[in-house]
Amino acid sequence: MNSYIMYTSVIILLTISFFKDKKKTKMALKKAWKSFENILSQLIGVMILVGLLLSVFNAELISKLIGSESGWFGVILSAIVGAITLIPGFVAFPTAAMLLDNGAGYMQIGAFVSTLMMVGVVTAPVEIKYFGKRLTILRNIFAFIFSFIVAYIVGKVASGIWF
Amino acid sequence: MVLIKRYRFALITTLILAVMLLINRELGLKAISITGFSLKEMISVIPPVFILLGLLDVWVPKETMMKYMGEESGIKGIVLSFILGSVAAGPLYGAFPIAAVFMKKGVRLSNVLIFIGAWSTTKIPMLLFEISALGARFAIARLLVDIPGIILISYVLSSLMKAEEVSQIYENAELL
Repeated sequence: MNSYIMYTSVIILLTISFFKDKKKTKMALKKAWKSFENILSQLIGVMILVGLLLSVFNAELISKLIGSESGWFGVILSAIVGAITLIPGFVAFPTAAMLLDNGAGYMQIGAFVSTLMMVGVVTAPVEIKYFGKRLTILRNIFAFIFSFIVAYIVGKVASGIWF
Repeated sequence: MVLIKRYRFALITTLILAVMLLINRELGLKAISITGFSLKEMISVIPPVFILLGLLDVWVPKETMMKYMGEESGIKGIVLSFILGSVAAGPLYGAFPIAAVFMKKGVRLSNVLIFIGAWSTTKIPMLLFEISALGARFAIARLLVDIPGIILISYVLSSLMKAEEVSQIYENAELL
């Protein structure tokens, strides 16, 4: 649904741009292609890497490791799994809900969802291309640590202990 | 030769995939189908993102971007970076090329990082989806912790970067 909105708005913008200035529009498309080609190799590599990882780390294995009894060990483990894997949100949320149903705790799921979104180990090669090594590593480390704060608070609120 | 070097990463991962397929056929096939799924997602999101950044690059003057999101943009810049990151769709790697155009246009580093942070965690369409899957308490608590967290991380990160490192990143963005 999201991509339909994106496509429609881009087509509208492109049409307006075309009528206003053909040369500029052509230049925009050229730039778009150049930037795309620039990271194509990294993107394909990342996709394959994700495929490899997810074929090994399946939902069963994950929920076995991060049950609500698993405490901080489970939180750390889910944070690591979330940091490494890259699952699109539309798959990630139902997966997280399924893990909850299978006995995972809110705190563990909070850590998993947070690192899943903020930390990208497999996408790091793409990120480094744009931000350099140091900033990429720092950003991911900070996001990883921050995810524990998120996990703690979300865990308390979602299980009804707070508020 | 140049082409091989350019596509080194893709080639290596393809090789690993091939080896896995030989060792464990079942896992290999599963990996291929998951990769196919991700590629399909990429095709559905990436073309509009790149066309959008091409248009942005050509049509929006540097002065405008600097005024709203540059060094002197203050709270206005923070709010705008948040909104732009939150309304977008697509996985995080789609945000990086746009961030590069932002840097080209003189957007300050902390705002670029807020944009990346918002894109990764506070996307509005995703929030509705999160509420329906994990409950409102979970989703809203996460959102309320994430917003100050993203701003804090962005400022700490940009203060940790040395001036020459930042200018190197910005120069690199010109080439991308």
